[in-house]
Amino acid sequence: MGADVATSDLRLEPAMLHAVAVLLVAQLAGEILVRLSGIPVPGPVVGMLLLIIGLVLRQHALGGADVEAAAGPVASVADTLLRNMSLMFIPAGCGIIERLDDVAPHVLALMVILIVSTFLALVATACTFVAVRRLTSRG
Amino acid sequence: MELSGIWVYLSATPLFWLVVTISAYLLADRIALASGRNPLVNPVLISIVLVSALLVATGTSYEAYFSGAQFVHFLLGPAIVALALPLLRNLRAIRANLLPMLVALLVGGLVAMISAIGLALAFGLPHDMVATLAPKSVTGAVAMGVAEQLGGDPSLAAAFVIVTGVIGAIMVTPLMNALGIRDYAARGFAAGLAAHGIGTARALHVNDVAGAFAGIAMALSALFTALIAPIVMAVVVG
Repeated sequence: MGADVATSDLRLEPAMLHAVAVLLVAQLAGEILVRLSGIPVPGPVVGMLLLIIGLVLRQHALGGADVEAAAGPVASVADTLLRNMSLMFIPAGCGIIERLDDVAPHVLALMVILIVSTFLALVATACTFVAVRRLTSRG
Repeated sequence: MELSGIWVYLSATPLFWLVVTISAYLLADRIALASGRNPLVNPVLISIVLVSALLVATGTSYEAYFSGAQFVHFLLGPAIVALALPLLRNLRAIRANLLPMLVALLVGGLVAMISAIGLALAFGLPHDMVATLAPKSVTGAVAMGVAEQLGGDPSLAAAFVIVTGVIGAIMVTPLMNALGIRDYAARGFAAGLAAHGIGTARALHVNDVAGAFAGIAMALSALFTALIAPIVMAVVVG
């Protein structure tokens, strides 16, 4: 029993490292493409597109396998990262303490602007989405 | 005496601020979970308030803090790449909604920018502040670039982006319920468009379909805003 657990642990570790490497290589390729082409998108967004293309190709190569089979351990590492995405905004968010002096004179106006503008963007986006879908599904 | 010696060591080592960041998040996430993921109990907001309060109370500079927190910050890149998975899992729903997505991107992206610029002008804010507010709904790195291009302040733009994200993540669930929009594709798309990654993080907690559409909206609006912001700014500000 003990030996079994040890073997599976040894197998798990390289698999996870492999998955992390896949994500990082996709990101790096994205960063390089962005710099070469000058498209105004963050490198990781292009990396995401590259990973989608890579996984779709792998699905075909495996004879129409489902996403989980094609992604293998990449899926569980990706899900762990995404479940904890909130964590990754904390360092940038704390940068606000450096700008308190610049924000202070306009703080009320800024809060009203950000709240109202975000409200309008949410309503406009969701309502447009629903309206267009209703129109297209009818025709 | 020894205690202050330890503090001198701790406050200067990256390890300490890394531990503080992760601990604050674990605590905030536990509080959010205990509230049943109530939208008002936002883990990003709680963590930022906790850590910022500690930084101010101890007189720690942001630079010293970031030397430790950067390891967490770095994970944002791989996390965005990881959005490929919810996207692929929901590929059929995405294909079926291409037209609604593109029109909603156009309308929502313009409303996000024009309302921020218009309100900032109405409040009589200086030009550089207007330019800094314009890209507030898009993801950090792009917003910083756009703000700079428009004559704004990149690091202040990053602060506005975070505040916008928290506001959107808190607002989206009750607002969509009030509007009677039950479709998770539409709800997620709105969250990602108006509130970028923080809205996407919220959507991923609610529903996998919502998370996938939020991820696409975040990517599309980054591209759309970067391309169109200089034109919108020129037209609205004159």
